Amino acid sequence: MRIIPKRIEKVKFGLLSPDYIRKIAESKIITADTYDEDGYPIEGGLMDPKLGVVDPGLKCKTCGGRVGECPGHFGRIELSRPVIHVGYAKAINKILRAICRKCGRLLLPPDKIEEYRKNIRKYRKVGRNEDPIVEDLLKNAKMTKRCYYCDEEQEEIKFDKPTTFIEGKNRLSPTDVRERLERITDEDAEVMGFDLEVARPEWMVLTVLPVPPVTVRPSITLESGERSEDDLTHKLVDILRINQRLMENIEAGAPQLIIEDLWELLQYHITTYFNNEVAGVPPARHRSGRPLKTLTQRLKGKEGRFRSNLSGKRVNFSARTVISPDPNISINEVGVPELVARELTIPVRVTPQNIEYVKKLVKNGSRIYPGANYVERPDGSRVSLNIKRTEEIIEKIEPGWIVHRHLQDGDIVLFNRQPSLHRMSIMAHEVRVMPYKTFRLNLCVCPPYNADFDGDEMNLHAIQGEEARAEARVLMRVQEQILSPRFGGPIIGGIHDYISGAYLMTRPGVRFTREEAHQLLYAAGITEELPDPIVENGAEFYTGLQLFSLLLPKDINLTYRAKICKKHEVCKKEDCPYGAYVVIRNGEILSGVLDEKSFGAFAGELLDRIVKDYGTDAAREFLDKATKLAINGITKIGFSTGIDDEDLTTEARERIEEILDNAEKKVEELIEAYNEGILEQLPGRTLEETLEMRIMQTLSEARDKTGNIANEYLEKSSEELGRENSARIMAISGARGSLLNLTQMAACIGQQAVRGERIMRGYVGRTLPHFKRGDKGARAKGFVRSSYKKGLDPLEYFFHSMGGREGLVDTAVRTSQSGYMQRRLINALQDLKVEYDNTVRDTRGIIVEFAHGEDGADPSRTDWGKVVNVSKIIHSIVDQRESENVS
Amino acid sequence: MFLEPDEVKKRIEKIREEIPRSVFSELEEELSKVEVTEEELNKIIEEIKRRYDYSLVEPGEAVGIVAAQSMGEPSTQMTMRTFHYAGVAELNVTLGLPRIIEIVDARRVPSTPTMTIYLKEDIAEDREKAKGIAKKIESVTVDDVIKRAEMDLIDSKVTLILDEYELKRREITLEEIVEKLTPIKGVEVEYNENQISLKVPNPSMKELRKVATRARGQYLRGIKDIQRVVMRKEGKEYVIYTEGSNLKEVLKIDGVDITRTKTNDILEIHKVLGVEAARNAIINEALDTLEEQGLMVDIRHLMLIADMMTVDGEVKAIGRHGVSGEKASVLARAAFEITVDHLLKAGIKGEVEELRGIVENVIVGRPVRLGTGMVELKMRRELEEKREEA
Repeated sequence: MRIIPKRIEKVKFGLLSPDYIRKIAESKIITADTYDEDGYPIEGGLMDPKLGVVDPGLKCKTCGGRVGECPGHFGRIELSRPVIHVGYAKAINKILRAICRKCGRLLLPPDKIEEYRKNIRKYRKVGRNEDPIVEDLLKNAKMTKRCYYCDEEQEEIKFDKPTTFIEGKNRLSPTDVRERLERITDEDAEVMGFDLEVARPEWMVLTVLPVPPVTVRPSITLESGERSEDDLTHKLVDILRINQRLMENIEAGAPQLIIEDLWELLQYHITTYFNNEVAGVPPARHRSGRPLKTLTQRLKGKEGRFRSNLSGKRVNFSARTVISPDPNISINEVGVPELVARELTIPVRVTPQNIEYVKKLVKNGSRIYPGANYVERPDGSRVSLNIKRTEEIIEKIEPGWIVHRHLQDGDIVLFNRQPSLHRMSIMAHEVRVMPYKTFRLNLCVCPPYNADFDGDEMNLHAIQGEEARAEARVLMRVQEQILSPRFGGPIIGGIHDYISGAYLMTRPGVRFTREEAHQLLYAAGITEELPDPIVENGAEFYTGLQLFSLLLPKDINLTYRAKICKKHEVCKKEDCPYGAYVVIRNGEILSGVLDEKSFGAFAGELLDRIVKDYGTDAAREFLDKATKLAINGITKIGFSTGIDDEDLTTEARERIEEILDNAEKKVEELIEAYNEGILEQLPGRTLEETLEMRIMQTLSEARDKTGNIANEYLEKSSEELGRENSARIMAISGARGSLLNLTQMAACIGQQAVRGERIMRGYVGRTLPHFKRGDKGARAKGFVRSSYKKGLDPLEYFFHSMGGREGLVDTAVRTSQSGYMQRRLINALQDLKVEYDNTVRDTRGIIVEFAHGEDGADPSRTDWGKVVNVSKIIHSIVDQRESENVS
Repeated sequence: MFLEPDEVKKRIEKIREEIPRSVFSELEEELSKVEVTEEELNKIIEEIKRRYDYSLVEPGEAVGIVAAQSMGEPSTQMTMRTFHYAGVAELNVTLGLPRIIEIVDARRVPSTPTMTIYLKEDIAEDREKAKGIAKKIESVTVDDVIKRAEMDLIDSKVTLILDEYELKRREITLEEIVEKLTPIKGVEVEYNENQISLKVPNPSMKELRKVATRARGQYLRGIKDIQRVVMRKEGKEYVIYTEGSNLKEVLKIDGVDITRTKTNDILEIHKVLGVEAARNAIINEALDTLEEQGLMVDIRHLMLIADMMTVDGEVKAIGRHGVSGEKASVLARAAFEITVDHLLKAGIKGEVEELRGIVENVIVGRPVRLGTGMVELKMRRELEEKREEA
């Protein structure tokens, strides 16, 4: 029989009254001892069997339940003298100051109180927080010098943190405090913010202490057979001991001084029992010197109950291992090692239709893949299949049983890489069981996970329910996440070799014979018919564009500028010699090259168009095939990069040296001008700052110039000498690296900076003893004129390390800061959702936005932020007419 | 057979209310450039309506979380550098992650307050007039124009040695300074060409110090809090950038274009121009900062964040002192920060946890009420019973 679980509708918070504590307490705890000599718990001790069971096999003396059934029961300690609850000390202070010391009435005239009461009611009615009114009331009442009701003059109350109150010169004992709080009328308590149903002011001063059930503070038995008690138990033992002594002393009529000392000690123990990190109170320590983890510490902070056990929960059916790339599987898939597949299971309900199949799995057992790990009977009991003889079980299986079978090809699983910064950090993949021990993933999904393969590990979760599986497939599958809601463009797409491969294949002048074309298409799994070849001088050939065109929807029209576009003043459009102007008409790429802007992650215009106009299935297919084609293309063409990609001609090197010499000379001139005082000062800057800025500017210009020269020569050598430069190809096609990287490798690394300035730190007046004091020259302040290829001299190397170290520190600081910011953002905004009337509201039902983003649009469905691309629609319709007219 | 422009206007007027204003005005503009037939116009209108309908957010979408992620995820890629320049090399402006955090925190004063002051059209291109306004705005204290102040206990006087370069640059005369210093009570002012002496009647070090600080802090000209101004030509007009911000006073100055002038101090905008202006300021500042870093974030996410910060009519920070600290749910607050205090307080007030939010439902182990979890099915027992009877 299945029990329908009860649903928590509401939770109401309140204070525990002494009566209530006595009512719920199953046992009065009186002795500080826990176990007797035989190791049995003592009745009336802290481990009283009435408080519940923790040892397996025993039954609870209160409810008769066993471990797991019995939730545990409270006990109580009758305190010999009342004690202030630390958590409420501040609140008590505020209230004591606001009430009369004699009659206990609020120190405000009746009409004023009535006014506050009305206001509070009004606030509550509209769902606003009434705290500010209560604060204001308490503040005003504090000012009153004489009681309006009994005409008693009020004395100043001092609050000596954490738990002492002093009135005038007399110390108020907790008993005095409690008496005063008792005198407060219900009406007054209400306007002071008390909900009388669940809280009375005097309950903030404890007379009875609830003892939590043993299940809350289980003792552990060490290997040596020794018992080790929980921190809370230790603390409760302390409280009991002092309480006992206090009681004895009071009964024996000990001097007031001794009683007060013991009372104070009891207050200390109860204070640290609630919170062991109160300012001004030395934390209670374990014998080893470790501070005890008491109630507050259990709840608080990242490792506390709330954040680590309630807001986040541990799960079963998950796996974690190293990831590695596999360009041959679809973006929707994940390669799962057989080892993992045998461990993770999916529950399958046995039906007449699948019983034969399921029996086969059960027969294989847990060791042979594909098998099953255990079967579940309709009553919920489980039988493990981790045994040799499974025949008996197979006999018994009938419809209605549940078989937990191994993960198999095609199952939907969740795949995740931390830090999970956005929703694309957890996506649903289809399983492909594979040999070896790593998870395999398609390279196109690296950008959303921000994954690489330098040892990254990822997590995999096997979904257990049908609803969850359906939701994962429809909403979380990789292909559904191609478009990022952050900017409304693709976040999944080609990277690195996919980009350079496509670029190499589609560059002007690249030709494939019929044979080559067929090979490439076959390898990429493209079965489309080849179009007519281009005939030139009697020779037939195919271009890369023709091959890629086969992957496009037949009616796609698109024009955009490729990544390689140099942004010339006059654009030659279709006739661009570099192929930077991409024109696609009716599914055919007429001109241009494919590079990062076509199907790269974050930038792919063509991919973007396909997802938005033809759906995610089409986009996934396009991406899978295009990347395969590109990979096979680049494999065929051949591509490698090495240090010789940074080789420059002697002439180029000389020009670079010259520029750098000139720059250093110019820096010297600037310094001279500064020394002579003829340097023109920038408005609002000191002379030194001006000099620094001018020097930085000069040097960075020089570096850029050397970079341009290097690039110029690299370009020339590939164009004129036919010597392809792979590094440059990668940079311009957007596959990897930038022109700045090339500059630093081939020409000049440039100025190293710490905190945005040239390097200044080190010895007095100089960075290193190799320079004269006061030398402000380029090299003395961290200008690195060598290139990475040439190598750095020792001084340059040192400066470079300084800059590099700052970068590392910067990254470390940044991750923690941005992580906290994101946590705050999430916490502030998590409850907002779009309602059926399209407004955005929070949980209170307050409208935050009438339409999301003013136009009600979902950013991932927009065109890079544009709701409707009006001009594109008009043009496509008008162009259609024009092209019809022409034909 | 092409439609007359007026006819086109009349036809699209009908859908004005159905599509966002920005789309409508773009449609108007684009259509004025081409000629269309009736059939084509209908097709265009249909397509626009279809597209707009497609791009609407679906009910249940967790827009808040998406917005928070869209701002949080790229922030890991931002730089921490606080220097940089916003078009003007002379001014320091906080950018990158620290600036984003500052915006989200709704700090009372930004770490580098700056204003961008535009001038009214008629004088914007006039260099001299712009300079005049710039001069009026920049605050100059005595401290800015002296090289040093010397305290002479023997003669019981404070001597201010003037910096002629600064005097010339800021066009301040000796007489002006003397005039401003004269009202300091109990002080006798003497001066010669490049120094001013303030004679103090009762000679004590304490008194001398007091006079010296008082004199140094004396305003000579300009608006309080604006330490420096830089003028720059942008296109044809001159724009004034300032270090330090005082929107209220700057807007009072004649010749300042109050419609375009802005400051990066969001709370000041709130004080001077109201919440709606503050909301826009949050959006613009965040967007500018992200764009400067080369990060693409849809403006709608920033709008939602700004709206959340300003719904209650005041600018609230994202965090425990603002939005998160004022949530209705005890558990949500306890799960965020300062766990115990919230729980204790809830006890006194007898707060009721309605379990409507995300964390609350996670805590009690129920599906959250977002997205597919928003759907509720209810069954009317009476109907069911009736059916059974039948």
